[in-house]
Amino acid sequence: MSDHRLAERDRPWMMRTYAGHSTARKSNELYRGNLAKGQTGLSVAFDLPTQTGYDAGHELARGEVGKVGVPIAHRGDMAALMDGIPLGEMNTSMTINATAAWLLGLYIVAAEEQGVEARALQGTTQNDIIKEFLARGTYAFPPGPSMRLIADTVAYTVTEVPKWNPINICSYHLQEAGATPVQEIAYALSNAIAVLDATRQRVDPELMGQVFARLSFFVNAGVRFVEEHAKLRAMGELWEQIGRERYGVADPKHLRFRYGVQVNSLGLTESQPENNVQRIVLEALGVTLGRNARARAIQLPAWNEALGLPRPWDQQWSLRIQQVLAYETDLLEYPDIFEGSKVMDGLVAELVEGARAEMAVVEEHGGAVEAVPYMKAALVDSHRERRNRIEAGEQVVVGINRYAESEPSPLSTGEDGGILVVDPGVEAEQVEALERWRAQRDADAVERALDELRRVAADDAKNILPATIEAARAGATTGEWAHALREAFGEYRAPTGVGEAAAGVPSCEQDALRDEVERVSEALGRRVKLLVGKPGLDGHSNGAEQIAVRARDLGMDVVYEGIRLTPSQIVTSALQEGVHVVGLSILSGSHLELIPDVVAGLRDAGVDAPVVVGGIIPQADVEPLREAGVAAVYTPKDFDLGRIMGDIVALVAQRNGAAAGA
Amino acid sequence: MTLTPSGAELGRRLREGDVGAAPTVLNLVESRPARESGEVQALLHEVAPGALGGEAPAHVIGITGPPGVGKSSLLGELVGAWRADGRSVAVLAVDPSSKRSGGALLGDRARIASDPADRGTFIRSTAAGERLGGLAPATRAAAQALSAAFDVVVVETVGVGQSETEVAEVADTVAVVVQPGSGDVLQFLKSGIMEIPDVLVVTKVDLGTVAQRARRDLVAALRSIGDNATPVVAVSSVAPVQGIDDLIAALDAHRAELDVGARRLDARRAGAVADFHAEHGDRALRALGGRRAALKALGEADPALEVPALTRALEERAGVA
Repeated sequence: MSDHRLAERDRPWMMRTYAGHSTARKSNELYRGNLAKGQTGLSVAFDLPTQTGYDAGHELARGEVGKVGVPIAHRGDMAALMDGIPLGEMNTSMTINATAAWLLGLYIVAAEEQGVEARALQGTTQNDIIKEFLARGTYAFPPGPSMRLIADTVAYTVTEVPKWNPINICSYHLQEAGATPVQEIAYALSNAIAVLDATRQRVDPELMGQVFARLSFFVNAGVRFVEEHAKLRAMGELWEQIGRERYGVADPKHLRFRYGVQVNSLGLTESQPENNVQRIVLEALGVTLGRNARARAIQLPAWNEALGLPRPWDQQWSLRIQQVLAYETDLLEYPDIFEGSKVMDGLVAELVEGARAEMAVVEEHGGAVEAVPYMKAALVDSHRERRNRIEAGEQVVVGINRYAESEPSPLSTGEDGGILVVDPGVEAEQVEALERWRAQRDADAVERALDELRRVAADDAKNILPATIEAARAGATTGEWAHALREAFGEYRAPTGVGEAAAGVPSCEQDALRDEVERVSEALGRRVKLLVGKPGLDGHSNGAEQIAVRARDLGMDVVYEGIRLTPSQIVTSALQEGVHVVGLSILSGSHLELIPDVVAGLRDAGVDAPVVVGGIIPQADVEPLREAGVAAVYTPKDFDLGRIMGDIVALVAQRNGAAAGA
Repeated sequence: MTLTPSGAELGRRLREGDVGAAPTVLNLVESRPARESGEVQALLHEVAPGALGGEAPAHVIGITGPPGVGKSSLLGELVGAWRADGRSVAVLAVDPSSKRSGGALLGDRARIASDPADRGTFIRSTAAGERLGGLAPATRAAAQALSAAFDVVVVETVGVGQSETEVAEVADTVAVVVQPGSGDVLQFLKSGIMEIPDVLVVTKVDLGTVAQRARRDLVAALRSIGDNATPVVAVSSVAPVQGIDDLIAALDAHRAELDVGARRLDARRAGAVADFHAEHGDRALRALGGRRAALKALGEADPALEVPALTRALEERAGVA
């Protein structure tokens, strides 16, 4: 028996693929196929209406149904999604947040219908609202009630669904929004503290050890994989300390830092997309190399995520990466390979120290909930610095700012453009199916269940879960559940972070553009005014925020209202604000439905402002958008914000007859 | 370039109560060429007391306070309540500009905005630009013009200590918004750095005892300087929303007591002096004998005149026309 080999090879982590689209039935087929290929758990991607609590047919759901995930409106949809999959044995991770309590309710009821009791269920609801306010945007309710829903779910599951992870605290999306490793650690752990503090008031104090043990994390891993590994070790160290010192947890089993991972999508490129494969492999190493901080569950993005939705074959490729790593290599045969490493210990110490200091700042703001505006602004700043480094060539991205010359890629030249396109007919299909569902259910039972839900919602001392499960049994829909709670809790718009973002430091190349903005503004007789809008339910606002901040730094007046706007809201803003140009950002794939609506609305309202669009727009959709009247389309390969800004100013000058720039 | 209606035409539309003219009116008053060519003056002439046969009917309300106190959320609730009451509302939200770039991020309408199909609500965000003190150069003109067509015109600005003075130059009623724990406002009030507003509003009353204590402290501060009349209203803009009806009642009560004609006349004269000063500088103002002398000189002018006409009178007097 040696101490550099394990007596027995470790079992591999749980392998998943983040999947779901179109309809419950289609997604079920996809899941069964993935499981047959050796996937060991499920990871459900819900569409944006389901994530934000709207039924298909709602104005805000237009163009979004079945796009980035599967629509689940009621227990019938959930049963179809899990058809033929034994829920007593499956381990299911659900990326669901604002409506997590509801989707868990539907899952529990679907299990009941399979004859499986709740105690046997294993899996995870993401259920992390603070990062939705900060980075992902699928929140529905104000912070207070949102934290209560989370605490209710934790308190309920710890006794009733004891193998369930009621919350997956996400640092993943923070990194996607630009977080540095220190920010990622500090904000995620501060978030966990807010959840634990809220839960402490709603459970028997003796259960706090178990509660602490049920909290898991969902982290990110970028391509700087050595530092990323150190980040995970640092999180483990800090987590244990928090458990011991703040919550008096003593059982070492309860103190373990458990995490799943989806590796970085922010760094994946649209140009030379095949390079993403090696990025993904290296990132997977970052979360598996050291046994003491190895992921419990991994899902890898597909090589073509910056192009559009991955096809089954693309996802299979990512699963095979995991399988090669787990089954072909010798990775799982050794104890921790970094024990005693000076480099690793040094990196961990650095990160722990930095994170502690940043956590203290969050604490000074009154904790993670109160510190949302502070953290949001800090993320916007970090992301801007990252973009500036890439634009200046200080941070190398192969295929983007270095080695950009390329042979044509055979991967993305196929008939389908190398991506999955969701049949636009699924929306109408889902609307019809929903009408049929409503017609055949016991309407009185639904109304009674929703009345009870409203009553419980209004009483802060009650747990929301029992009434939620009852409403699921009665046949209520996602939109009805969320509507009842919106009535009780009110609605909310999260801070955009752009108002608080630091003003940029002038650089030479920006100076020339600033002069041009000034010149055009003088010629127009008032300052160039830009509306940045995010139509639809997509909450990925990084791009829009960066555009807004840069335009301000160049001297424009910028109207930015945050996410989740209908086309008519955008048109009204453009008209009332008297803007010279409109920039729209959309990443959810609903651009062909929503953008022509905005353009036509502007025309009808008599707003003579050119429209530019940015986001994940497949090449095949660029021409239809231009035909609809869009002046310019930008995709992830247009990384140079300066160039985009130059175009925007030129468009304004041209449209208003201001002489061409010097 | 699209053809825009003339200032006079827009003024006539406003006089007839056409709230749909508002976006174009704002484009006009914010435009430097329109100011220089007399279009803005033509607009204001059409909505001056002389043309209207009296003061414009709107209640012009200034809402100001430090950043982050929840002005916009409060305004969202107020707009909803006014609309429910059938009153049309125009909001002019003034945001600070970046000193470094001159640009500005204007995000307030997100928290105010209502049903996009509702023509009775108009929201315009404006950058304060280079003007010191908070008010955008065009905001005064916009408030005067829109008050001919809307029932309520709100001017929202950021700041404390100076901004309420600036806002008082356009508003019938000034409300200063503070949140619990803002001791600076207390000190400013007591020391006279800040003028006493018509209504004081304490937000975030959902915080409970802290907010109630803040309200008591403000009342005590007012009393210590001999003011027993200024209402202090506590509100919450998060569910359960509280105090909005009280605030509206306090605003309405102030307006009902006010000599609107006198206040507006003072406002127009102060506005003309401010515009003259901004355009011609300290030296020209000194040539008139200073600010007080300039105001006094305007006291002889026709009280029904619009601001640009008053400004021109000053220019002629100073020989800088």
